[in-house]
Amino acid sequence: MASVALTNLDPASRAAARGWSDLTIRNMFIIPTLVFLIVFNIFPLIYSLGYSFTNFAANRSEPWQFVGLQNYRELLSDGHIWSNFVITAKYVIVSVAGQMIVGFGLALLLNRSFPMKGLITTLLLLPMMMSAAVVGLFWQLLYSPSWGPINYVFGLGDFAWLSNPDSALYAVAITDIWMWSPFVMLLSLAGLSAVPQHLYEAAAIDRASWWYTFTRITLPLVSPILLIALIFRTMEAFKTFDIAYTMTTQPTAELIAIRLYKQAFQQWDTGKSCALAYIVLIMVLAITNLYVKYLNKVKER
Amino acid sequence: MRKIVTSVIAGIGLALACGTSVRAQDKELTIFWAEWDPANYLQELVNDYTAETGVKVTVQTTPWPDFQTKAFTEFNAHGDAYDMVVGDSQWLGAGSTQGHYVDLTDFFNKHKLGDVMAPATIKYYAEYPGGSGKYWAIPLEGDAIGWSYRKDWFEDPKEKEAFKAKYGYDLDVPKTYAQLRDIAEFFHRPDQKRYGVAIYTDNSYDAMAMGVESAIFSYGGDLGDYATYKVDGITNSKEAVAGLEMYKELYKFTPPGWGKTFFVEDNQAITGGLAAMSMNFFAFFPPLVNKATNPYADVTGFFANPAGPDGKRFAALGGQGISVVSYSKNKDEAMKFLEWFIKDETQKKWAELGGYTCSQAVLKSEAFQNATPYNKAFYDTMFMVKDFWATPEYAEVLDQLNQNIYPFVVGGKGTAQEALDKTAADWKATFTKYNRYK
Repeated sequence: MASVALTNLDPASRAAARGWSDLTIRNMFIIPTLVFLIVFNIFPLIYSLGYSFTNFAANRSEPWQFVGLQNYRELLSDGHIWSNFVITAKYVIVSVAGQMIVGFGLALLLNRSFPMKGLITTLLLLPMMMSAAVVGLFWQLLYSPSWGPINYVFGLGDFAWLSNPDSALYAVAITDIWMWSPFVMLLSLAGLSAVPQHLYEAAAIDRASWWYTFTRITLPLVSPILLIALIFRTMEAFKTFDIAYTMTTQPTAELIAIRLYKQAFQQWDTGKSCALAYIVLIMVLAITNLYVKYLNKVKER
Repeated sequence: MRKIVTSVIAGIGLALACGTSVRAQDKELTIFWAEWDPANYLQELVNDYTAETGVKVTVQTTPWPDFQTKAFTEFNAHGDAYDMVVGDSQWLGAGSTQGHYVDLTDFFNKHKLGDVMAPATIKYYAEYPGGSGKYWAIPLEGDAIGWSYRKDWFEDPKEKEAFKAKYGYDLDVPKTYAQLRDIAEFFHRPDQKRYGVAIYTDNSYDAMAMGVESAIFSYGGDLGDYATYKVDGITNSKEAVAGLEMYKELYKFTPPGWGKTFFVEDNQAITGGLAAMSMNFFAFFPPLVNKATNPYADVTGFFANPAGPDGKRFAALGGQGISVVSYSKNKDEAMKFLEWFIKDETQKKWAELGGYTCSQAVLKSEAFQNATPYNKAFYDTMFMVKDFWATPEYAEVLDQLNQNIYPFVVGGKGTAQEALDKTAADWKATFTKYNRYK
């Protein structure tokens, strides 16, 4: 494969003059990346897997012991952790579904020519360019029952979005939808503009209804790229920390990433948090795998 | 190309060499603290030390929510970024048993600090384990929970009359929690955008725990026996339950959306004209008497935490002692600094700058007590303080308390008894895990 892709060096080039072969140059590009990956990704990953079987605590100087699967057993039988997972699942479903609907809807609206299309598209992309912590703090103000504009506009009076245990999680999800719908919109727009125009023309000649055109032409052709958006957003939503952490401290909105942070950096229960991180990793991997399988199926069609 | 690479490497090398040599020549000390006004006052104070000795002292700060995480990350890495740290009282256990702090017992005895500083500050900011006579910090910033209130609302004759008619006694600064509750209820008028009381509810660190424990202590309850780690029947005693119920009762009269509040929000409740009374640590009171930051500065008063039904009166302790970090490379220099810091004139200057000195002599002086509208309340409070657990696993213990009481106070789920029963059970399990019951 490599020998096919690589062409021989031009003998007159400076690299050849130094006696470098094309293989040397290839290695010069690849090795730094590999070293970086190994040092900062793979090594910690394996190291933390080791820690997850110990009672190691980073803030204690006492020697740690190997405890086998105890951390995993304790975590999986802990009611608090399960409720964190249920909260996270609710959050992922609401926020990802919302983003797909709003994002795809916006893309459909934008997928035609109208004046100032470029400007409007750019403006719509702004939310996702902001830092999540900033978005969280701003929305905290927007939701404020004392001076927030949201309650004022909708006439909700003193409704406390973030202090009400039943609404806090959904308030965070709405913020996430606001922030990340543009991402889905962008991908969908790319998908939509790739649908061959002649298909629509043929459908028009056949007097196909709008709904028929949408379900038989648009949706099937865009679905692979929609699925990619879905994978990305699900993975990200599962790991959400910043927005939720800055907006509310409601236990009913304590996502698994927040629990993990508290366990690791407030309680310094390093071994157990490594185990929890692995449980989360395995869950995300499982969900992503399901999606990828489905994506491949969709692509085959 | 090779030339460029060589010169870049040489440049980096030179920069490193210069950097280290500069550090080695000039004596420098770094103190780590949270980002708040007292840290600015401390920087002002230590500038005097630099002028006297030529040793540059820098007060480095970080926002409160990160303070603990950042300090302990540095300790755990055995880093020497900080020579001294002004650590929370609850850190003493972890700091001392895990070797992060230098033992200051000899220093303490040599300077007879036991007679210089207020007793409560020594007990909670310096000594660990309790009663052991081993000291790990010098009390630096005394602090405790107190209250600010709207004098103009309290003194309005019409309000006074209406209050007397409704409750049968005169409207005045509350002496008991029951009165505090009545007054909060009386001033709670959501239709006028006026609310009764502002309390702490943030559960991401110790804010809510400090508010709740103030009520529990005044009601005669305790969080547990700090010496034996006994929690059953203490943490969930009927006094403690009554205290927690009172806190929940007060939550009813808070401004809307009062579910994640700490010192910023509680001060805003006064500066924004939202609430009649507001709980806060004394260290956060200076902006309330400043016209520039509080439009109601002239009509804001202060009082110490009220008593419970049996006349017991306590307040949650905040505040910090200064400790020498054992990984510091300038420990001797740091000890010299502490010798300067405990001098009477330094303590006096510290109080004048706005720091809450723990020096008994300064605290008792007329000049200190009349310096601000809240210093008298502070003086009263410093002799009736109690603190949270200071065991090395306090962060876990704090999180368990938060998890159990927050849903009750803010979410209205379950009962106070259930919340404290669960807390006692969780704490017992944690202490068992750390072999505290020998």
